[in-house]
Amino acid sequence: MFTRSGAASKEYWSVVTEPNLEFARNADGAREAAAGVAVLDAAPVNSAASRELYKKREPIYPKRVHGKFRALKWFLLFATLGVYYLLPWVRWPRGPNEPDQAVLVDFAGGRFYFFFIEIWPSELYYVTGLLILAAVGLFLATALFGRIWCGYACPQTVWTDLYIAAERLIEGDRNRRMRLANAPWSFDKIRKKAMKHSVWLAIAAATGGAWVFYFHDAPTILPQIFQGTAPGSAYLFIGILTFTTYMLAGSMREQVCTYMCPWPRIQAALTDEETLQVTYKVDRGEPRGGHKKGEPWEGRGDCIDCKACVAACPMGIDIREGAQLECINCALCIDACNDIMAKVDRPKGLIAYDTDKNMARRLRGEKPAMRLIRSRTVFYGGVFVLVSAIMLFGLLNRATMDVNVLRDRTPPFVQLSDGSIRNAYTVKIVNKANVEREFVVSLESADSIASALQMQAIGETVEEGVLRVDVRGDDVRSIRVFATLPPATERPASIPVTFVIRDAASGEEMENPTVFLTERR
Amino acid sequence: MSDKEIDEPTGVETTGHEWDGIKELNNPLPRWWLILLWISVVWSVVYWVLMPSWPGITGYFAGVRNHSERANVDAALAALDAERSVQMQQLLTVASIDEVEADPQLLQFAMNAGASLFGDNCATCHGAGGQGFRGYPSLVDDAWLWGGTLDDIEKTLHHGIRSTHPDTRISIMLAYGETGAFSADQIDDLVEYVVHISGRDADMEAVARAETNFVQLCAACHGADGKGDQLQGSPDLTDAIWLYGGERKDLQETLYYGRAGVMPHWTERLTDEQITALAVYVHSLGGGE
Repeated sequence: MFTRSGAASKEYWSVVTEPNLEFARNADGAREAAAGVAVLDAAPVNSAASRELYKKREPIYPKRVHGKFRALKWFLLFATLGVYYLLPWVRWPRGPNEPDQAVLVDFAGGRFYFFFIEIWPSELYYVTGLLILAAVGLFLATALFGRIWCGYACPQTVWTDLYIAAERLIEGDRNRRMRLANAPWSFDKIRKKAMKHSVWLAIAAATGGAWVFYFHDAPTILPQIFQGTAPGSAYLFIGILTFTTYMLAGSMREQVCTYMCPWPRIQAALTDEETLQVTYKVDRGEPRGGHKKGEPWEGRGDCIDCKACVAACPMGIDIREGAQLECINCALCIDACNDIMAKVDRPKGLIAYDTDKNMARRLRGEKPAMRLIRSRTVFYGGVFVLVSAIMLFGLLNRATMDVNVLRDRTPPFVQLSDGSIRNAYTVKIVNKANVEREFVVSLESADSIASALQMQAIGETVEEGVLRVDVRGDDVRSIRVFATLPPATERPASIPVTFVIRDAASGEEMENPTVFLTERR
Repeated sequence: MSDKEIDEPTGVETTGHEWDGIKELNNPLPRWWLILLWISVVWSVVYWVLMPSWPGITGYFAGVRNHSERANVDAALAALDAERSVQMQQLLTVASIDEVEADPQLLQFAMNAGASLFGDNCATCHGAGGQGFRGYPSLVDDAWLWGGTLDDIEKTLHHGIRSTHPDTRISIMLAYGETGAFSADQIDDLVEYVVHISGRDADMEAVARAETNFVQLCAACHGADGKGDQLQGSPDLTDAIWLYGGERKDLQETLYYGRAGVMPHWTERLTDEQITALAVYVHSLGGGE
């Protein structure tokens, strides 16, 4: 019955048999899956098997569950949202003329501050490295533990979880929410709906509000936002993020994951048969069916078909249909099922984190096993460690200065009245430190003719063949430097020369090779 | 249409319009499209109220916000001027280039302002890098007709050379050949003389023949030694730099037809502080004295 294309070939599906659809009735006449366990009227509305093309969204009313995965999700929800909302308020003193916000993307000043790291626009490759790390880290986590990103940490999941919690607080749990949705419009319904949407909008606005704190000094811009004096871009982004948060977490929810997000498709390619995924253990559950009190458990599966897992699912699917694209692996069905298993006195873990291979192993009578070390996990891990090492090396050996020498091209050289030849260069010295530093600029060359070159600079004096310039902290200074070749010297068309810029105090040195031209070619 | 016609397979009413047996269904417009349409309608009304919109007899309705791009540009320019005013004022009072160079921030400011002014006004003749062309002096070398101190450059910018300014600087290289003052042979001899004093090999007999003419006529402006005079704007004939070329035929042309290039004055177009910034920039190009 539950064989779907693709999954059909797997051996464990052969044990699936027609379920026993007979349910007992309790004293009130309601159907019972087992003694004291009601059959929930839940259908997997978003399941691909029953979904039509061009179908209107059917609302999903996830039932509240309790358990260790729910607790873990609460913890991660508070942790991630806490980091998101509070991080801009963390201070990190850097000295005068620099912002003291620990994490700040300063577009106006052209800097990215992350605690002790300060990145200039020319060092954007660190951000590239960070993105590579994030991607490979995600690949590794997915290969090992399936879609844990989707289930626990994705903003879509976290904010939807928060929105559902707010919804439950105002409208009640699954049954009451369904009743309210079907009820005719009344004052009470309007009151509850208005309250829910106001809370959602408030959360959405706070989400957008916190976003702009990462791009401006948070304590400065917060009052400005309310006074109407913040920059227009801040209001624009608050508006955009308020709208998207409200829409995506409020009314689109599982549709974002199923239709909009490319990641489920990509993740499907990253998992294999040894990947831990939220799994309904077909081998243990089937054949499923209602259990009457006193009946033996031998010869039947542990699944009593109570649909608690379906009712708990925020994606509107039935995990018993096997791994499917719609499943975000949030593990709430595990908690829901464990609860039921405790009630019917069967071991927990009918739905659990498990691998496809383990299911096959159990069916063959072998012991289940975990294989964390596989070629793909080793590869992803290796890439992760390699990129981390390169990043770490780069950050630890990051230069506190940078030098750029631009040779004048119009004209490439100038003939002076006494017949000597002069080239002009613009030397740009970047001082990435926060204190003023003195740099020594000298002109060096392997060519002996270059020793005749005389250096001059606009606004500075050259003494003993070197130029000493002060550059303020966290600043760029550009100096116009001339090199002159006296008339009597031999003149190759092009003489390779190197500007050497050295920090007078620390000895840190940077070279910038260029040429000295004497004729047009 | 009096009777409704229902399309059988879909159960949707048709519009009754038929093309080659195909009937158009009367489906409603997509809801998202309708919502966007109504949002646009409401927005247009809001826009009429807020922004300049309806034409009137004597003007137009300026909108509640009184928005005007023209006023915005004026305000932005005024804000920019205010932002630059401190350093612009400083530029007005500088006495020498040393004063500017002693202050790296002021120097940087003047260089940036001067570079953009140079590109807009000067580069057409003097080249993007101030390299000059034949007839248009190079500003990057160390030869100056009228002096290369900050003061001299400023004065040239203010008054121009052979310009329409009343205080303009004037000097003329006469057309000695055209006016008949010198014969062709005399000009050839003078050319040899100039080639000789600029340190190149020349016909020494011709040089000797030209000496009297040079001393009597040319030396009045170019000096007895041919080194020129910045007070009169006469070029140095002994150095390696030639505004109109230093080859024999160039010198012949100069002597025969004369030379009188024009540098316009800039007081009508640029403010005093802009001229100072420009002078600092030109001075820093490499030729400043």
